[in-house]
Amino acid sequence: MISFLDFEKPIAELESRIAELRTTADGSDLDIGGEIGRLEKKSAQMLAATYAKLTPWQKTQVARHPQRPHLVDYIRLAFTDFVPLAGDRTFGEDAAIIGGLAMLDGRKVMVIGHEKGHDTPSRIKHNFGSAKPEGYRKAIRLMGMASKFGLPVVSLVDTAGAFPGVEAEERGQAEAIARSTEACLALGVPMVAVIVGEGGSGGAIAIAAANTVLMLEHAVYSVISPEGASSILWRTADKAADAATAMKVTAQDLLGLKVIDAIVPEPSGGAHRDPAATARTLAEAVARELDALSGCSPSELVRQREERFLAIGSL
Amino acid sequence: MSWLSKVRNSISSLAKRDTPDTLWMKCPGCSEMLFVSDFEANLSVCPNCQHHGRIGAKARFDLLLDPGYTVLATPKVPENPLNFRDTKKYTDRLKAARAANPYPDALTNAFGTINSHKAVLGVQDFTFMGGSMGMAVGAAFVCGAEKAIAENCAYVIVTAAGGARMQEGILSLMQMPKTTVATRRLAAAGLPYIVVLTDPTTGGVTASYAMLGDVQIAEPGALIGFAGQRVIQDTIREKLPDGFQRAEYLHAHGMVDMVVHRKDLKGTLATLLGYLERKEVA
Repeated sequence: MISFLDFEKPIAELESRIAELRTTADGSDLDIGGEIGRLEKKSAQMLAATYAKLTPWQKTQVARHPQRPHLVDYIRLAFTDFVPLAGDRTFGEDAAIIGGLAMLDGRKVMVIGHEKGHDTPSRIKHNFGSAKPEGYRKAIRLMGMASKFGLPVVSLVDTAGAFPGVEAEERGQAEAIARSTEACLALGVPMVAVIVGEGGSGGAIAIAAANTVLMLEHAVYSVISPEGASSILWRTADKAADAATAMKVTAQDLLGLKVIDAIVPEPSGGAHRDPAATARTLAEAVARELDALSGCSPSELVRQREERFLAIGSL
Repeated sequence: MSWLSKVRNSISSLAKRDTPDTLWMKCPGCSEMLFVSDFEANLSVCPNCQHHGRIGAKARFDLLLDPGYTVLATPKVPENPLNFRDTKKYTDRLKAARAANPYPDALTNAFGTINSHKAVLGVQDFTFMGGSMGMAVGAAFVCGAEKAIAENCAYVIVTAAGGARMQEGILSLMQMPKTTVATRRLAAAGLPYIVVLTDPTTGGVTASYAMLGDVQIAEPGALIGFAGQRVIQDTIREKLPDGFQRAEYLHAHGMVDMVVHRKDLKGTLATLLGYLERKEVA
């Protein structure tokens, strides 16, 4: 059962009417198949039309949808033979960042990403996708290992931001993020990052300083959450929608700013309506980008990544 | 206007005396009333409690570089790339900040010597839009590092920033990897990169070049952290520990090498450069 967002209310109403009709039809010999078909078509059209012109704030809600596929779903649907690798070897294991060895359509890769969890116990386990220093230090360790064994790195970004807490600060959250960004830039192997949900600030860039940066169609990526920008810049909590628009957080905006290289399309009505199809498209897009980078030498890869980030926003 | 000034101003025979309203100040550390001139003569450090006040780029250059240094031009970047406005237009905020500051953005570099050791010194000025890191700061940082590489000398950066410049949206976030490219190039050239963390250094600045120094120095009492204290408090709903995110706290948790009084900063930097710089073999 899909949970609907506020702006999907007309679609939700239509869907519930279709469901009602179906129940009625089941228990009788009324022939309303034609009517159901007509309504289903209308619903699909409404869904496509709504999703074709989502506002930045609506996209933010889609990107945070509780049923949106997360890293564990992509590992299951887009990769095979996953071998999880845990721990930073210094302090602990942070389940907000998951990483390990996997196969992507015949290619050996190191996959690293944020995991938010899908229900209360798993959200608590994964700390809602907000990593602590040990999470980033694990990412650094896995990137080093990938470099050593010539495995390309695929990172899937989905976090509201790095965890803001006393212990995270004490253990050097800022240093961990800085070093993780540095580790991305130092990789002698290809790295492709995909912003699959929320790309929240430093916690996102720490695993997204890649050769190629892709973004799902309705994902968002920003320096601060729209709510945060609203409270700091507008000094009120209710300007998040304006902040989302002003900050240009959508994949379409970021492609224009050359912050991302390409957009990965989502099924009609968003990734959560068909996780398997989303994962297939994502796997194909990542494989294509990895293949495009496969002929580069380690120094070419480093150089390309450096130039990519030096060039963003230059005159 | 108080009744006294009203009366005083109405008596035209009393010449107006030139008494600046900045003659006295209250120390933010100990609340002691100080003469501004005494405070400034003491490097903007309270003589009573040693509270380190915030100082600008010009004062830093004079404090840390030997006389005769050159201020480097701030590289040009696109202005207001997102056409951003919150309650005000970003271009208006920039104009106001420029009118109040000697330099065109929050990070300015100078090239000179520190007790005869050649160095590029970058200083972030908190009075320029909270020292925030946008494209101009990123470009200035890269430029400072490139100058150091060209001169085969150290890059010393004095940080002060609330974080990324939100008015530049994602482009400010992209300064984190961009500046990190520059620190990596300094490292590849075998040149010292020294960070002096001053009050306050937070957010994306801390989470990039401010934490990547070969040596990390902090000024006493400086607030240094990733997340803001209010955000942390709202998340954990507990009282923050005493001295949390202050220089001494970071030192105790292994995040900085040393906490150095402003009067000893130049000498400390010179000593470090003496150890770390590579002398060209003739």
